[in-house]
Amino acid sequence: MHMTKKMKLSQLSNMLQDLDVESMEGVTIEGDIELNITGGGGLDPALAYALGHEISHVSLHMANIARMLGFPAEQLLASAFGMAEAGQPRALQASPKIQELLASKFEVAKIENWKSQIQEVTLGATSGDGGSRKSTITIGGENALPYYFDAGMPHRNHVTLDVFDMPISMAKAVKANYEDVINDPAEWAKKAVRDFNADMVTIHLISTDPLIKDTPAKEAAKVVEDVLQAVDVPIVIGGSGNPEKDPEVLAKAAEVAEGERVLLASASLNLDYERIAKAAVDYGHVVLSWTQLEINAQKELNRKLMKQCNVPRESIVVDPTTAALGYGLDYAYSNMERIRLAGLMGDDELTFPMSSGTTNAWGAREAWMVSSPLSQDSDWGPREYRGPIWEIITGLTLSLAGNDLFMMMHPTSVQVLKEVTQTLYGAIESEEIDISNWIGAEV
Amino acid sequence: MKINSPLEAYKFLPGTNCGECGELTCMAFAAHLIDRSKKLTECKPILEDKFKKKFEELTALLAPEIREVEIGVGDRVSKIGGDDVLYRHKLTFFNQTQFAYDVWDTMDEKELVERVNYIQDFKKFYVGSFLNVDMVAVRCTSNDPAKFAAAVKKVVETTDMPIILCSFEPAVLKAGLEVSKDRNPLLYAANRDNWKEIADLALEYDVPVTLFAPDDLELLKSMAKTFAAMGTEKLVLDPGTFPTGKQLRQTFTNFIKLRRAGIEGDRDIAYPIMAVPFTAWMAHDDPVSASYWETVVASIFTIKYGDIMILHSTEPYAILPEIHIRDTMYTDPRKPVSVDPGMYKVGEPTVDSPVLITTNFALTYYTVESDLASSKIDCYLWAIDTDGIGVEAAVAGGQLTASKIKKGIEDSGFDLKKDTTHNTIIIPGLAARLQGDVEDETGANVMVGPADSGRIPGWMDKNWPPQKK
Repeated sequence: MHMTKKMKLSQLSNMLQDLDVESMEGVTIEGDIELNITGGGGLDPALAYALGHEISHVSLHMANIARMLGFPAEQLLASAFGMAEAGQPRALQASPKIQELLASKFEVAKIENWKSQIQEVTLGATSGDGGSRKSTITIGGENALPYYFDAGMPHRNHVTLDVFDMPISMAKAVKANYEDVINDPAEWAKKAVRDFNADMVTIHLISTDPLIKDTPAKEAAKVVEDVLQAVDVPIVIGGSGNPEKDPEVLAKAAEVAEGERVLLASASLNLDYERIAKAAVDYGHVVLSWTQLEINAQKELNRKLMKQCNVPRESIVVDPTTAALGYGLDYAYSNMERIRLAGLMGDDELTFPMSSGTTNAWGAREAWMVSSPLSQDSDWGPREYRGPIWEIITGLTLSLAGNDLFMMMHPTSVQVLKEVTQTLYGAIESEEIDISNWIGAEV
Repeated sequence: MKINSPLEAYKFLPGTNCGECGELTCMAFAAHLIDRSKKLTECKPILEDKFKKKFEELTALLAPEIREVEIGVGDRVSKIGGDDVLYRHKLTFFNQTQFAYDVWDTMDEKELVERVNYIQDFKKFYVGSFLNVDMVAVRCTSNDPAKFAAAVKKVVETTDMPIILCSFEPAVLKAGLEVSKDRNPLLYAANRDNWKEIADLALEYDVPVTLFAPDDLELLKSMAKTFAAMGTEKLVLDPGTFPTGKQLRQTFTNFIKLRRAGIEGDRDIAYPIMAVPFTAWMAHDDPVSASYWETVVASIFTIKYGDIMILHSTEPYAILPEIHIRDTMYTDPRKPVSVDPGMYKVGEPTVDSPVLITTNFALTYYTVESDLASSKIDCYLWAIDTDGIGVEAAVAGGQLTASKIKKGIEDSGFDLKKDTTHNTIIIPGLAARLQGDVEDETGANVMVGPADSGRIPGWMDKNWPPQKK
């Protein structure tokens, strides 16, 4: 602003005498700023904005001059709004003394277009419903992003701990917790529930893989029965990931688990999902609909499960794929967030609770390697502490994208993830902490 | 920003299609302005005097909803804020969350210098460059201006990193400012009691300032309005970070509300937000529990709208996940992430080691690479240039072909016949249908690996070394 040259002080003070915010609308200022506002309709909104911007500058500048001339500009400034310049903020020229904080009301609206509810899905069945679980778990039912103030979240997040039907290679920090039960899936499942606070267990029938042991489906189903006997929480049954063998394995497992309302993991587009879906429908189970980081594939598979295979909506959970922190979690996060937002906004092919294979976090070298393979890196510190936090942060991130059920491995990770998700959910009471003087805290 | 179509931006451009910006037309340039991949100053003609007004108008229209605030100077300046969206997939998040780790003025001087050096030297290699942390926050625990000034001075002498001066005592902050005023430090903080004196300091020294109103968004907004009216918009808002229980849930709500209001156009509070995961240390005595919980709180507010934060734990198991979750959130989702195409050695391969093919999609590449490395399989791994597309889609879309594979291997100066004893290529299971083509094109034996690289170890046990024909 260089407006002073062409203006005489007398002109200025004349103008300032009857200056108030309202009258700015009709003011014409000449100089190298020419503003000629006539008001009325037909103004280009962009132009109007720009003019508004200009005006606010002029008023500020003039108020500044007014202060020098003894005009009580503070009052004017206090009642003004929109003086703030858009863009990179800077210290403005004017620095009037203000003695009292300007009054202000903080308001923010709830999101209007979150109109659809995420489907509620119940896992497990008690004796009253033809199963033998002591209790059931319900996930889903959200009307907003997780933990948001827009709407209550009806169910907390849940964790299912991984159990394998044969010893597998695991990160050392994980293995240490399971060494005594690694050859006995039933004992393993018991330990997960009894000692590690698992809400559910997942029995992974990995030995059925033709490339591993090629255990027959019938034999694998016996392990499922053992696990159902050993624990009374709802269970997930996982295949080996072999697309040729899994449908047969999961169908047989579904049969022996009839009535227990297990989660069958999983149906995907690259295998005979119809067979898995049919087993779920025939024996009263829930299907995990698994796709790989692709929202349209997720829609397609869900559509096929509902329309082609007649799986009821309340029997579908989706797994849009979990990539570990540092290994594609950005894709996994945004994919889940997009799915959840689309569901809330009414895309009924995506209104399903979500599940995450959070255990994938242990694939990150940061979780399991003794030290960085790169000499330039700063010291990575003890891996015993790195692994669990990698699993926690991977899960926590996806919980904020809307994930409901977490498949996990490390007891510490389970404990901390449950603590933080239930804190955000509002179920954790703790002593109030006064942070008003945190700077001086002794730590 | 206030406009959302290229046409609205185009109206302000010279319209000469001069091409100086690197785009063929002004309309194409306008599209880049809207998606924020180009800056208006890249249009040279609009910088001329005759377009001055249009330049200024368009600059205002393009300004991000959340103001950008600078802390520090020169090469080490930290920019925070600048966001236009609530969800990263809607555009991208700008100016990644800045992490400040604390030192305090009752620390032994030698320890302080060591800690500052550790903070400024921390680095971790990731996808082609190093991840680092950003700032030092100096806490006044002595309540003594002279002591505080001495600590700040030591920090200034030790590092170029931006600095946060932390005290609620104006005299203390003034003493700190006197020895760091050339470094554009961030003041922490003005609160309900001291705001007048802190505002004077912020204006006198022309430095950014944090406003602290724990769980009181109304007060926070009042302070922000008042500071703006007094003449500074270099503001950072701290709504308080309560570390546990219902208070943490409320903190989460406050962050969501603040950012939502800012993005939706409440200019009075459209400033960067500060989180203080440090407070986790007020809830936990055991350092591992405190570090863990601090990392958890830091992650929540890196994901949900924290633009800058003050942390205490410098344990690698805290910093590593923190810098990775930040990278996760701030990676531009519009750009496919890829690795440089070419040959990578995993372990220490010899002439007998397998040769594997994957794509240069970073996620695929790093997954395959870590699967191989974790199973200690020494091998040669090619990242074929598929424009950063994964195997399945690249086969379907024609970005992964036999000729691309041949070219990729040849470009690395690798000769399968001379540099291996087996003249064999292993292609991904998801590219099985290229087997015949690759055999014809390269003259090598081609084996089809598993569809999931997690199965490579088992596959190798059965299939490697290949049986001599």
